[in-house]
Amino acid sequence: MYNVDKTISEKILSKASNSDAYAGEIVVASVDFAMAQDGTAPLTIRALQEMGLDKVWNKERIALVFDHNAPSPNEGVSKLHTLMREWGKKQGVILYDVGSGVCHVLLPEQGHVAPGGLVVGADSHTCTYGALGAFATGLGSTDMAVVFASGKLWFRVPETLLVSVNGKLPKGVYSKDIVLTVIGKVTASGANYMAVEYAGDTVEELSVESRMTLCNMAVEMGGKTGIVAPDRKTIEYVEKRLTKSQYQIFSSDPDADYLSRLEIDANDLVPVVACPHEVDNVKPVTEVEGTSVDQVYIGTCTNGRIEDLRIAAKVLKNKKTKPITIIVPASREIYLQALEEGLIEIFVKAGAVVCNPGCGPCVGTHQGIPSPGYTVVSTANRNFKGRMGSDEAEIYLASPHTAAATAIKGEITDPR
Amino acid sequence: MIRGKVWKFPNDVNTDYIIPGKYKFKTLDMKELAQHAMEGIDPDFAKKVEKGDSIVAGKNFGMGSSREQAPLVLKYAGVSLVIAEDFARIFYRNAFNVGLPVLICRGINEKVDQGDLLEVDLRKGKIVNVTKKIEISASPIPDFLLEMVESGGLTEYYKKYGRFPWEK
Repeated sequence: MYNVDKTISEKILSKASNSDAYAGEIVVASVDFAMAQDGTAPLTIRALQEMGLDKVWNKERIALVFDHNAPSPNEGVSKLHTLMREWGKKQGVILYDVGSGVCHVLLPEQGHVAPGGLVVGADSHTCTYGALGAFATGLGSTDMAVVFASGKLWFRVPETLLVSVNGKLPKGVYSKDIVLTVIGKVTASGANYMAVEYAGDTVEELSVESRMTLCNMAVEMGGKTGIVAPDRKTIEYVEKRLTKSQYQIFSSDPDADYLSRLEIDANDLVPVVACPHEVDNVKPVTEVEGTSVDQVYIGTCTNGRIEDLRIAAKVLKNKKTKPITIIVPASREIYLQALEEGLIEIFVKAGAVVCNPGCGPCVGTHQGIPSPGYTVVSTANRNFKGRMGSDEAEIYLASPHTAAATAIKGEITDPR
Repeated sequence: MIRGKVWKFPNDVNTDYIIPGKYKFKTLDMKELAQHAMEGIDPDFAKKVEKGDSIVAGKNFGMGSSREQAPLVLKYAGVSLVIAEDFARIFYRNAFNVGLPVLICRGINEKVDQGDLLEVDLRKGKIVNVTKKIEISASPIPDFLLEMVESGGLTEYYKKYGRFPWEK
């Protein structure tokens, strides 16, 4: 019999395309919110100008974020920032200028992501917002130009990988360890073109912010989005930012078609790291414990939220860091909260460098490019060769707890 | 018809290899950026590649970031086609949008070696390995993407027709 049950992703894309859509179909869907950042917006603006499209579809539903290189490290970037600023002001779109924070932290925090909505960003980690039960995916600059101009775009409705996580997370194990473990099993291409839906009682126990860490890294296994069905916690989170009429709750039907399933027993999980130079090269921390580390970075759209800074501060309080330690609150709001809670003082007293909200050294352009031969432990989402600006640096990805413990000892350290 | 020689690459070639972040944020000048095409995995690639050449790669080509500079620098460096076992989805879309054709072809790596001469008919999805005298079929490109890439990309298509390829 024909299966009429749908996944949450099929439901949202059906609603957005005003059709009855299933995995594999191509639909033209209306977008609820669109974003580009300073690495992608300039090409979007150029494409719009080349096409002669000088008016955006809806200025209240478009944001430009200055985060990847902010403040600007050189004149070339400054010129592109100016292009964004001038175009953005002329169009009247929302501008999150230098110091506002990382796009993927800002959009949910500032109420631009609604459960049940379709959000696109000219950045691959746009999949983060699925943590709120939205369908959110990354695009390139020209696709984004089409969205800025028309509010619509074609999408292939994705198949879904269901990742069920059940059980109690052991001490010292976090959502970062869950998602790295999942990527290690699925591999960097194992969820290509698919929605990665997370469910299970462990996921229900996680904060909305921790769920963002899970969804953020869906793209590291090829996923089109990460997604978690909204629950009481999601509603609490969005009610501070949105009115009821602005969002809609969807969840997968019991007999929805999943292309594949993965079961994770949280009780068995341990702190892990993704070793150089692939995100799916995942090992228990115990296997690489003792590796000498030259630099630690705590921040990014994966792990730069207030709960991450609290974990780091708890470890770093009244201690001294050994390697270069860079800490970046992911948004201005988080920065202010961290100041109020005394976390920033703890970091500075520990000897860490606190940089302004933004992407920090994650993309290899500023604020801490490792020297060739350096070993870095980072809470970011990518450890590709050259990612942080040096082809000869080794990057390990870890949770904020593992990273902070490592910062004290100067070698990769099990946080337990 | 695309005619040129093959440059082979492995699985999981990421966008940081294709165009490292340290270059791409500074400029929109693709000729300048193209000098660094594939630098992260083959530092001399931009000097060696010639117009008409194809990249033949393994699984998940173009994984990682959404940077459209990745297919753009390949195109500006002279790459006329990328054939892979499969692609990362953002790269796949971006490639067509900037007018760089890409073909999904399972098993291509067993039938093509570095330096082989290929002749490719995109419309038919037909790849002829002239060096080895064999014919290979690729997965067909959806019609609207084919029209778009033949126009030189999405921007060029819009300039020509005043609408987007998927609009009636």
